[in-house]
Amino acid sequence: MSGATLSGRATTRGSRSPMAAVRRYPVLAALVIAAVFMILPFLIVTINAVKSPAEYSANGPLSLPDGLYLDGLKDFWERVDFGQKLVNSLLISGSVAVGAVVLSVLNAYAIGVGRIKGRPWVLAFFVLANMLPQEALVYPVYYLSKEVGLYDTRLSVIIVFVVIQSAFGTYLLSSILGQFPREIIEAAQIDGANKWQVLWRIVVPVSRPTMGVLMVLFFIWTWNEFLLPLVMLISNDNQTVSVALGVLQGQRLMDATMTNAAALLGVLPAIVFFLVFQRTLTRGIAVGAVK
Amino acid sequence: MTVLAERSGGGRVTGKSRTAGRPPHRPRRNSYALFLLPGALAFLAIVVLPFLMNTGVSFTDWQGVGSPKWTGLDNYRRLLEDEAFWESFRHSLAMVVAMAVVPTAIGLVVAAALFDFVAKHFGSKTAAVLRACFYLPQVLPIAVAGIVWSWILAPENGSLNELLKTVGLGSLQQDWLGDPDIALYSVMGVMVWVQIGFPLVVFMAGLQRVDPQLYEAAELDGAGWWQRFWHVTLPQIRPEIYVVMLWCTIAALKVFGAVYVLTKGGPGGATNVPSYFSFQNFFEKTQVGYGSAVATVLTVIILALALVALRLQTRAEDAEEGAR
Repeated sequence: MSGATLSGRATTRGSRSPMAAVRRYPVLAALVIAAVFMILPFLIVTINAVKSPAEYSANGPLSLPDGLYLDGLKDFWERVDFGQKLVNSLLISGSVAVGAVVLSVLNAYAIGVGRIKGRPWVLAFFVLANMLPQEALVYPVYYLSKEVGLYDTRLSVIIVFVVIQSAFGTYLLSSILGQFPREIIEAAQIDGANKWQVLWRIVVPVSRPTMGVLMVLFFIWTWNEFLLPLVMLISNDNQTVSVALGVLQGQRLMDATMTNAAALLGVLPAIVFFLVFQRTLTRGIAVGAVK
Repeated sequence: MTVLAERSGGGRVTGKSRTAGRPPHRPRRNSYALFLLPGALAFLAIVVLPFLMNTGVSFTDWQGVGSPKWTGLDNYRRLLEDEAFWESFRHSLAMVVAMAVVPTAIGLVVAAALFDFVAKHFGSKTAAVLRACFYLPQVLPIAVAGIVWSWILAPENGSLNELLKTVGLGSLQQDWLGDPDIALYSVMGVMVWVQIGFPLVVFMAGLQRVDPQLYEAAELDGAGWWQRFWHVTLPQIRPEIYVVMLWCTIAALKVFGAVYVLTKGGPGGATNVPSYFSFQNFFEKTQVGYGSAVATVLTVIILALALVALRLQTRAEDAEEGAR
């Protein structure tokens, strides 16, 4: 980003008057308070997840914990078989991330590089497919998956989301590959490369950064999906983290300690992804919105 | 944005015009269609077929088993008279306020403050950390955000009520999600918290491409921070504002998970939204035909908005290219 230019200008400008310096801090303070408010729910959940039930009922949700009480987390983990939920979520999101990128690249190669007939219409189709609300698909998908015997399998959710996510990937990659210098491709073709070789040796390596962004986005989007997995995955062994926690919450059976354990265990993977992928994510969001 | 532009622009082959480099015996283009085949088949099976089925079922009376009974426009006629349906769409408008209007407005001010003020005076690291705090709720699964907030907003022992009691405002304590008069506002508040990071990140990325000289010129002319915001920031990132507003509006119309986890549409339908309303008809009342009609209406509205979004986007891109 343009951090270098910014800090450079900051030093040259400096503070013009002591008054300006004094006026600066209230704005920063306001922004910091707003930022703290944004992360406050995470903090409250964390301090309450490590409190014992006795401590919670004695001191309420706002007191700091006396010590580290991890039994609540452990109980919750075992009761909902959280390890299995994590595996399901990782398996589904990981497969979708890879599968949807592969499908996107194939589509975008035909649309952006191949410039097939009716290209604008094909592209418009993918954009609209991307915007389509899942409510308009969910019942037929549920019905059809039962017909073909894929209901309540992780595979069904993987297949559906590979296709749904690749609509966005196709759109984004097509517009990028559309600007791919044709001279390179034509030079390779003159050298005798066929279309697969051009795709595999030239287009894919050059598009790798975009594919990385897409993979991260698809992974996180799929991890966070709720409606379709909720409908498709009913048995405990197949549920994702999101679905398992959402269903538990919907049943209103959890006490305070359990709720906090659930919330913390749900928050932690998201924070890990956030820290690992932060740069890619913020860049990718901006690309996705503007492209 | 920048990375992708650099990569895709390539720039390794320059000077030569595109047509001049093209060999006379051009390979047949249609054979590229083979690469589209898997995608096309997958979309037919997973998106087009279910979508057509849903539309078809919306003209029938069907409980999900047996064969659907054709009833023409009956479901749609019923919709027009169904107060619950209209109420759910009114709540959609509330969601548009909470997920598009408010986050865009706050996002603009915060993005400009972080970019034009904090980054300048306190370094871009500080700005990046603050941005990350605002963005964090966006990566949280909505089901998890719902658990966190329904516990904070709980009437007994909930953190918000406890906090009010501690600071001596105990009279303001509420059953935030259980009181029909307040529940919708509580859900809206949660959605603002969830959504705010998206406009902020997009706007900050947009501000990167604004020429810093514009700000410096405005400052030399004696423009204060607010004047720079109105006369430089807003006009410069207008394309981003349009796109964000439309994307957030579409997201607001699709809200499902938050309502499912926070209130289940309750109390008494006070927070029901079209998406959850169709879900109820599909899987709780097994009125699949009626649920499909709700989903179809929702789809038509969203696709219409999406078309507007596309038009605006191409126009903005054309304008941008024209300006270059």
